[in-house]
Amino acid sequence: MTIGELQKLNILEVVNAGEEPERELKGVFCCDLLSVAMGRGQEDAVWVTVMGNINTLAVMSLTDMACIVLAEGAVMDEAGMTKARQQGIPVFRTENPIFETALLLYRWIKEGNGAAVTENTGAEV
Amino acid sequence: MSDTIELKYEVSTEDFTRAGEASSDVKKKLRQMGVPPEAIRKVAIAMYEGEINMVIHANGGTITVLIDSECIDMTLQDRGPGIPDIEKAMQAGYSTAPDNVRNLGFGAGMGLPNMKKYSDEMKVETELGVGTRVNMKVFIPE
Ligand SMILES: Nc1ncnc2c1ncn2[C@@H]1O[C@H](COP(=O)(O)OP(=O)(O)O)[C@@H](O)[C@H]1O
Ligand SMILES: [Mg+2]
Repeated sequence: MTIGELQKLNILEVVNAGEEPERELKGVFCCDLLSVAMGRGQEDAVWVTVMGNINTLAVMSLTDMACIVLAEGAVMDEAGMTKARQQGIPVFRTENPIFETALLLYRWIKEGNGAAVTENTGAEV
Repeated sequence: MSDTIELKYEVSTEDFTRAGEASSDVKKKLRQMGVPPEAIRKVAIAMYEGEINMVIHANGGTITVLIDSECIDMTLQDRGPGIPDIEKAMQAGYSTAPDNVRNLGFGAGMGLPNMKKYSDEMKVETELGVGTRVNMKVFIPE
């Protein structure tokens, strides 16, 4: 699944669309601690986190992760928004919990269908 | 490519939002030079952690990066308080980061372990009250 296709699914709110809609997503990564993300974040992964600041964006681009999904209703702060726009970094958000969000994305990315997750967890998407 | 390229960066503590700029710039330049992605990733991780430590634990400083066809050599020299017990500081999870820094996602105590893991060689010299000098090397595979 590409970033553009993820956007079209309409399961996440688009904060900043970014400039690479054709970039292929290959996995999902979860952790809010930047050093852990730095060491373990995989190339082309979607990073589901609650940390919406400029440092998240720096770690994301240094590790070559593909986009950020802010879960649990987290928001990107103002400096982060400016940087995301300047550098064309894709950022999405959702009110749903991290686990459900990551599972849903995993199903879509790895299996091409996340509909069952929505039913089982009752997540409003 | 037999010449050595030198890059120099001032790391200041005043603007927290700029932390990581030096590492990002080095990453970009290594890409342009055609350095293999795995070596770039190692440099980016090791250098970012070092850069962040200069910002949150020391009072900033300078980073010098030397690049030739075989090796990326990074030296991070800060003007901070020094590290009283390096062995302890190297332990995964050990951190003296204050709350305001932790709230931003730093302070996992994984910085120095990451630097050790992702560099091929690492040397830390530190003097209390004077500063810390970290040298890391990443070798470029043939
Ligand atoms: N450049 C430095 N100057 C002074 N102290 C440092 C420096 N780098 C690391 N330290 C000390 O070592 C500890 C561990 O560092 P690190 O593994 O990067 O974890 P963290 O940065 O998350 O605290 C820090 O909390 C700090 O006490
Ligand atoms: Mg650190």
